[in-house]
Amino acid sequence: MLLIPCPWCGARDEKEFENGGPARVPRPDPTAMTDEAWVDYLLIRPSHPGALRERWWHVHGCGQWFELWRDTVTHDFLDAPDER
Amino acid sequence: MNAERRRLPAGGRIDRGRRLRFSFDGRELTGCGGDTLASALLANGVTLTGRSFKYHRPRGIQGAGFEEPATLVQLEGADDATNLPVTRVALHDGLVARSVNCWPSASFDLGGVAQRFSALLPAGFYYKTFMWPNWHWYEPFIRRAAGLGRAPRDARKLRYETRFDHCDVLVVGAGPAGLMAALAAGASGARVLLVDDDHSPGGRLLGDNAIIDGAPAATWVDGAVARLDAMDNVLRLADATAWAYHEHNLVLVTERSPEGPVFQRTRRVRARRVVLATGAIERPLVFDNNDLPGVMLASAVRVYVNRYAVRPGDRAVVFTNNDSAYATALDLLTAGADVAAVVDVRSAAPGALTERVRRAGIDVLAGAQVTTAHGGRRLAGVLLSPPGGVSQRIDCDLLCVSGGWNPAVHLFSQARGELRFDAVSSAFVPGDSAQANACAGSSNGTSGLADCLHEGSEAGMRAARDAGFDGSVLEVPPVKDDGPAAPLEPCWHVETPAGNGKAFVDIQNDVTLQDLELARREGYGAVEHVKRYTTAGMGVDQGKTGNVNVIGALAQRAGESLETVGTTTFRPPYVPVEFGAIAGQRPGPEYLPYRHTPMTGWHKAHGAVMYEAGARWRRPGYYPQPGETFQQAVNRESEAVREAVGMYDGSPLGKFEIKGRDAVALLELVYTNNWHNLAVGTGRYGLMLTDTGLILDDGVTFRLGGHRYLMSTSTANAGEIYRHLEQILQVERPGWQVLVTPVTAQWANATVCGPLARDVLTATGTDIDLDAADFPFMHMREGQVAGLPARVYRVSFTGELSFEVNVPARHGLALWEALMAAGEPFGITPVGSEASHVLRVEKGFLSLGHEVDGTADPCDLGLGWVMSRRKPDFIGKRAVDIRRNRGGPRRELVGLLPENHAELMIEGAPITPGGRKCASEGFVSACVWSVVRRRTVALGLLRNGRARIGEWVHVRMLDRVVRAQVTQPVFHDPEGRWLRG
Amino acid sequence: MQRYSLFSLARNALTGHRDWQAVWRSPPLGKRYDVVIVGAGGHGLATAYYLARNHDITRVAVLERGWLGGGNVARNTVTIRSNYLRDESIPFYVKSVSLYRDLSRELNFNLMFSQRSMIDVVQTYPRLRDIKRRMLNMDLHGASYEVLDVDELRRRIPALTGGGPRSRLPIIAGMAHRNAGVARHDAVAWGYARAADARGIELHQHTEVTGFERGGRGEITGVQTSRGTVQTNKVAICVSGHTRTLTDGLGLRLPLQSFNLTAFVSEPVKPLIDVVVNMPDSHCYLSQSDKGELVIGGGVDPGISFRRGIKEGVFEDTVTAVLEMFPALQRLKLLRQWGGTLDTASDSSPIVSRTDIPGLYVSAGWWGGFKAIPAGGLTLAHLIANDAPHPLIEPFSLNRFRSLDFVLETGTTAR
Repeated sequence: MLLIPCPWCGARDEKEFENGGPARVPRPDPTAMTDEAWVDYLLIRPSHPGALRERWWHVHGCGQWFELWRDTVTHDFLDAPDER
Repeated sequence: MNAERRRLPAGGRIDRGRRLRFSFDGRELTGCGGDTLASALLANGVTLTGRSFKYHRPRGIQGAGFEEPATLVQLEGADDATNLPVTRVALHDGLVARSVNCWPSASFDLGGVAQRFSALLPAGFYYKTFMWPNWHWYEPFIRRAAGLGRAPRDARKLRYETRFDHCDVLVVGAGPAGLMAALAAGASGARVLLVDDDHSPGGRLLGDNAIIDGAPAATWVDGAVARLDAMDNVLRLADATAWAYHEHNLVLVTERSPEGPVFQRTRRVRARRVVLATGAIERPLVFDNNDLPGVMLASAVRVYVNRYAVRPGDRAVVFTNNDSAYATALDLLTAGADVAAVVDVRSAAPGALTERVRRAGIDVLAGAQVTTAHGGRRLAGVLLSPPGGVSQRIDCDLLCVSGGWNPAVHLFSQARGELRFDAVSSAFVPGDSAQANACAGSSNGTSGLADCLHEGSEAGMRAARDAGFDGSVLEVPPVKDDGPAAPLEPCWHVETPAGNGKAFVDIQNDVTLQDLELARREGYGAVEHVKRYTTAGMGVDQGKTGNVNVIGALAQRAGESLETVGTTTFRPPYVPVEFGAIAGQRPGPEYLPYRHTPMTGWHKAHGAVMYEAGARWRRPGYYPQPGETFQQAVNRESEAVREAVGMYDGSPLGKFEIKGRDAVALLELVYTNNWHNLAVGTGRYGLMLTDTGLILDDGVTFRLGGHRYLMSTSTANAGEIYRHLEQILQVERPGWQVLVTPVTAQWANATVCGPLARDVLTATGTDIDLDAADFPFMHMREGQVAGLPARVYRVSFTGELSFEVNVPARHGLALWEALMAAGEPFGITPVGSEASHVLRVEKGFLSLGHEVDGTADPCDLGLGWVMSRRKPDFIGKRAVDIRRNRGGPRRELVGLLPENHAELMIEGAPITPGGRKCASEGFVSACVWSVVRRRTVALGLLRNGRARIGEWVHVRMLDRVVRAQVTQPVFHDPEGRWLRG
Repeated sequence: MQRYSLFSLARNALTGHRDWQAVWRSPPLGKRYDVVIVGAGGHGLATAYYLARNHDITRVAVLERGWLGGGNVARNTVTIRSNYLRDESIPFYVKSVSLYRDLSRELNFNLMFSQRSMIDVVQTYPRLRDIKRRMLNMDLHGASYEVLDVDELRRRIPALTGGGPRSRLPIIAGMAHRNAGVARHDAVAWGYARAADARGIELHQHTEVTGFERGGRGEITGVQTSRGTVQTNKVAICVSGHTRTLTDGLGLRLPLQSFNLTAFVSEPVKPLIDVVVNMPDSHCYLSQSDKGELVIGGGVDPGISFRRGIKEGVFEDTVTAVLEMFPALQRLKLLRQWGGTLDTASDSSPIVSRTDIPGLYVSAGWWGGFKAIPAGGLTLAHLIANDAPHPLIEPFSLNRFRSLDFVLETGTTAR
């Protein structure tokens, strides 16, 4: 169980959250994209060892969605790359 | 009979006044308060206490704590537990224990015959045989032979508990370092939790006779504990084992005998800093027959002598490669035993110690080794090989061995800390921490008592400072010390001439040096291969004493360093933990709470059979009347709706109030159809997709006002839809002004349906004009029903005239009862989900759990009309297009009429070409007895189904093939006259 | 290859077991191979074996970063079954189970494959419907699945004393999958490795693939390893959980994500449970190993993970669910827990496929891939040898994602 630093509530136990998967670009306009690019947007998500930006939903807390950087090997939460 | 003949006349931390009777393998014996089963057995002179796992060799007690590899016991009666190290069982009056894996007893074990075949049973023998004719022939015998103890059978509700806990500093281990750490951290004002596996604090000091501050160590321990217990900010737990160390400093601690009525309690401790003062575990030495009863760890012997006042043997030999075992020799002497010799692997035995021991009259044989232990059912003597000399035999009944010390790095390693091999102590010691923790004392590879106390104080102070407190180093009491220890000489195993003996590296799993050699020879060279092939380290003790010797032996043979060979992974739990203590007291209704509607009590009182309806809601399935079968009840309920009036509890349906300037934009994005033109007070059916074009949910949404909507979702999906909407609003469209409020539980819903629905509502009393012209289908009205404030929606999932009456949840039961009372003259019938299913199938309405198969898209399901062509985009649109553009045949929704009118086809049954056993071309999604058609009707998905209306297809069941005719997927009122009526 | 039998065991006992040969050789790494398989796990080793046995391709090197058989084949819950829903999946797994049946004798290595059957414990009506649908679909492809009433279910699993009429989720039925069973996981890796080695295939442990060599058309011409470069025109990637670590650098866009799945065992006890017990409505399953340990598995940890670790939340829920059904196990003790990294595709079905890069093949997305090892190896070997898919894996090609043509086994709706 992770200790998740909710930007609004502080560090809280993972039980209060739902994982929202890797963060991604805002949903693009599908009408401006080829089929191939659209399928790529739909199916290809980041998944790699190391720093990953991902979404969390503090569903049993403040109800906010937010993004955090987490190391997928150690589970440590990290500063965003531009803050490091 | 001479009870407890090996009990010393004085000393020890036992309560001689409290005599405890117990039974072991059927023998009635006695012990004292404070004894463990192990110390009591040794006090009684019981040396053969167990049989080994594979060869059923006689075994005794080797250790004094949870590291004990040799004797595991089963507790009977109220203690019902199995595979417990005999050293971990606190003695109590009436305890009944037996040794596991032997029959009838450890002393006389029929399984001992396995020793005769041991040559046939090398490591991994089962991979090489038992293949002909097949494994099934042999497996039952193997299964019965394996398995150690009998599973506990006690199903009484034991009061387990789990809880969260938080502290600034968690100190694991209440030995000298841990006590100092807790004192130092406690003095800073930090919130400290000190946990220790043992019942009594003190750690190794319990078995020691050290002098601290000029007094016996026990006095210092008592003082330290008193000071800690007096601090309000320190909580000290005994019999509490920290067994798992997870990410972000989450440590699981299980209390085995908490105060009060709780049987066991697990604390999930989230600590800002952790001090690991978990001590060290002594390594045995490996030589032929090193498993004989009477061979014990030197440190364990000290514990029995000093803590339990037991002399485990009368004539001892001490075999060591380091200094620590010399104290065992002296303690034994004090306890009245003969000590024949100290056999020290090192050719340069330590000067001062040797001097002391020699002065006491004990022979020190430097540079010598014990090559073989002799004896049958217990140790009778040892064979020595002195340097350059001829081997000599010494008779003895106790052999104390010490091969050095392994810091208990398990928790540190679980916390991802790195280990390094320390050449001086020949042990794996903590390297860099990966979390907010530090090791102190012998768990850090430190040996001297004074150093351990210092390290503890330092670690406690630092932990408190790092947690934000003003910690300072506590002064460490003076310790009478033997001075610096002489270096240890690693001895991973004794080189023995090829004999008939077995030299065990893993006592519990009967793994010998020869087994390691075989594994290597066969190519299973990696340490993980060895572990898996030989099962070394896989026992109940998880190799606490044996693992490093295994690594040492492998390294030696491969000519590599131990660091290169590496350890196997340290995994939780550090010691076995009862499942009950992990789960806590969480019976079903607590971990899967029931969700009740305000009417649930009424349903149950009226005989409803309750179904799980998704999202933990329970709903009535049907309401059987006395003497009625399932089908009769469902038919009666269905007929009531078609011919008169029925009512169901629709409260669990997901409901969301959506408001704000951009509410309609949200609906346009998540639903496939158009919402910009929905008039206030009207509703519309909507279909939601995932962006990959799969159906997510459906339901009706009403426009309550200008920017106010009420969305309904299926019961099971409500949580998922809320997440979906919130994610879009917060992540994808943060600029939109929309607020989504889940109101599922705020509204109770009684849905009155059937031709007489209007009459029932009128009779109940309402200020809403129910006339079809004033209140048409898919409209809503607010007003009063039965004197209660209500929202009434005209939607229909049954195909009949239908009013969905919603009132605030607190009025739900009143509404329901008023409607039932007013409806009585009209024959109102409560309707469960079974009848609802019949009614929707007759009407050809879809149900997510049935027709919505991952392979079907909205067009396949006849929902092409809900797919807006006007909107350039909505979630899932592009994906549906991409999938359809691929071309190829689609499975489409059809009706099916089985040839035999009474045939109820299994829902899900495949349709195959000609009814053959081959890949399917569709399936039956739902099949019911239709009360309007007086026959069974079905819905299904069929390849190119819409073009095949009128064709006969074949539905394949296990035992037969059913012919069915393809029809339009609607069996009642295709024009929708009734529902609009 | 030295034959294993009771006879050879007895003969070697006379010589102190000093004459057993190494199960695989340790040859020097060659310069060129016809096929390079990355990953000496279950699928990689099986593929190597079938390349030699069925296609006479023996100039093959299996390259392994760590130790042989150390991936998910070493850390699964050993269940072998074929209770799938779709026409696309069932035949593949039926084939795998049937290959397992004769594998011990074929490989001359006792895999301890034991068809002790699996019983699903059904606690909700939607589940019952789903499982009956499976039953009828499986029947089309020769796999058996049989409905049990509650009494029969309890007779077959006497230790199952929970789930009574007054419990939170009462048991309403059972389903017996007679062909299902378990096998000794390490033995599967070792058995295939030994047999592949005997047919001339080279196994190289501690040989990490660090990159690929490409030709003018972008085709594979070799692999770079921690021990030097090896030439080859065909590379198969069989590194469950870590596929994209290798393929992302090649510009391939694979719809895979990695998660951590955990399992745990109890202390060993005398025979208590005979069958594999699957409790889908309670999200847990268990079986008893020949050693006597209860092997228990549950759900997947939330969030992308490359850490073979244990997270507390899902684990506690799994234990709770098990005790709800087997209350008498409350005093049984947890002995060991572990995790494994799996990669899963967008539709949760496997990928056995060619890629856009000529000469590069992938076998990935295995979820419960242990049961699929024989058929996965057989079909991947066929694909490599013929550069055309075996009929059993045609549905599992990467092409399906281009048109979002999923093979959905998990549930019947979007979730």
